[in-house]
Amino acid sequence: MKILVCISNVPDTTTKIRFTDGNSRFDTTGVQWVINPWDELSLTRALELKDDATTGVSSVTVAHVGSSDAEPTIRKALAIGADDAIRVNAVAADSYFVAGQLAEVVRNGSFDIILCGIESSDFNGSAVGGMMAEFLDIPSVSGVSDLKIKDGKAILTREIDGGKEIVSVPAPFVAVVQKGIAKEPRIASMRGIMTARTKSIMVVEPAGVEKLSEVEVFELPKPRAACRFIDPDNAGELISLLQNEAKVI
Amino acid sequence: MSILVYTENRDGKFRKPVFELLSYAYSLAAMMNSSVVALAAGDVSPDELEKLKLYGAGKILHVNDPLYRTFDTRAFTSLIAGVAAAEGAAVVLLTHSTTGKALAPRLAVRLKAGLASGVTGLPLSLEPFTVNRRVYSGNALARTVVSTKVRVLTLMPNSFDLAENKTDAVVGEYKPSDAPAVNTEVIEVQKQEGKVLLTEASVVVSGGRGMKSPDNWAPLTELASLLDGATACSRPVSDEGWRPHEEHTGQTGKIIAPDLYIAVGISGATQHLAGVSSSKYIVAINNDKSAPIFEAAQYGIVGDASKVLPALVDAVKAAKGK
Repeated sequence: MKILVCISNVPDTTTKIRFTDGNSRFDTTGVQWVINPWDELSLTRALELKDDATTGVSSVTVAHVGSSDAEPTIRKALAIGADDAIRVNAVAADSYFVAGQLAEVVRNGSFDIILCGIESSDFNGSAVGGMMAEFLDIPSVSGVSDLKIKDGKAILTREIDGGKEIVSVPAPFVAVVQKGIAKEPRIASMRGIMTARTKSIMVVEPAGVEKLSEVEVFELPKPRAACRFIDPDNAGELISLLQNEAKVI
Repeated sequence: MSILVYTENRDGKFRKPVFELLSYAYSLAAMMNSSVVALAAGDVSPDELEKLKLYGAGKILHVNDPLYRTFDTRAFTSLIAGVAAAEGAAVVLLTHSTTGKALAPRLAVRLKAGLASGVTGLPLSLEPFTVNRRVYSGNALARTVVSTKVRVLTLMPNSFDLAENKTDAVVGEYKPSDAPAVNTEVIEVQKQEGKVLLTEASVVVSGGRGMKSPDNWAPLTELASLLDGATACSRPVSDEGWRPHEEHTGQTGKIIAPDLYIAVGISGATQHLAGVSSSKYIVAINNDKSAPIFEAAQYGIVGDASKVLPALVDAVKAAKGK
């Protein structure tokens, strides 16, 4: 059984978000790039499954759509333990384009389980996993917070609004993963970092997929009014402000 | 031409985000000189379906095939795409919920429609079709042009005000031409009964490490319950196992936009604010005056949670006459 983990290269979560060129482009000056947090958890779970001989998972591959600028992030995934990597050499135009490219990777690599994070922390589209599954006409399960393999069958826990469902779908399938899938992201060991240097990153040219949407301009949220402090010995005043001024309770 | 709204239900009931979505669709239909078609699937009572009329659905379609009691993303995609084609939908709308996020991307590919997810308001222009959507985990909006004739949008809950626009639509039973192929096998369902859903709550009371111990949560829970709200927590709290991870609110946890978010003992790290910054009002209670949460809050109390929370509980009881 082969697992593909799709990874996105995103600004470190503490990054101060700024834009440039008339707010049309994200300002990358001084930004640290990391594996998208949900993708990192997906990779961790994929490796845990591979470590367990009873699952029959034979390999974990990571795939990324982006320019060579993302290679340090891909190397990090290899250092954490992925066996190999595929990079589609194209600028990610929109989620439709990215999903189309990743679907092509899946077609050419005959993967059984494809893991995607529920969203990327930059574009927050929650789109690529479901789109990829539709391009491939295979099942997708969204909001996955646990993945087990028992007797060759994948058992997934998905969060539904107001609870959880434990489901199974036939492979190949896409699992769109959220928090809970792994406890903590796995950290690269020194040996992992050394061996990552010799692992292969296969670079493929993009397939012909169009984009259907485009960002014109970014806007920063309006700054909030200054905080109004209430005397802790008169906490009840807060309740009356919320009731009569903000009118939210 | 129409605007198709997929009105998801939970155990046969429509929730507030669905009525917000219909209110949004009604305003969009006015802009586009179009009308609203609502589609509901599963075991929904006639009384419940009637509620869709209140918020402007000009036509209501209901599919009650038992096969749709299992949430299979391919089967639901086929259903919605079929109705979208039959109704000549120019826009397909879903809520930015677990269900909406599972279906919208599949629908976009099936219909070859551009997708804008996490939309926060009506289009800024129709030609080209331009909407604002939430990006960088709430730290920015992206003005996005969708260049296709059919568009799929998901609307952020709590971002559009409810508006009643009663219609005299009749509910039509809809039968898809093909029976859905369901590949999802449900092994077990675990429901949280009787709780206000965090992602739908108008009021959220949230605790951080400043609560000091999981044993101190009683007044926080009581305050949430008095305000008909939900409880949430920061990441360290769920990582420590003080609260279930479903309550973790922030960039990698739940993204919420309630009317009122009360942060108790939460310092307000960037990652936490990313999950709550779309709240209408933020109240911060923290004993550290320099905590960044106060920069995001409109109301603040510098003080100890163990003293402030019981005082707030008493004040709410007094205000509500309980």
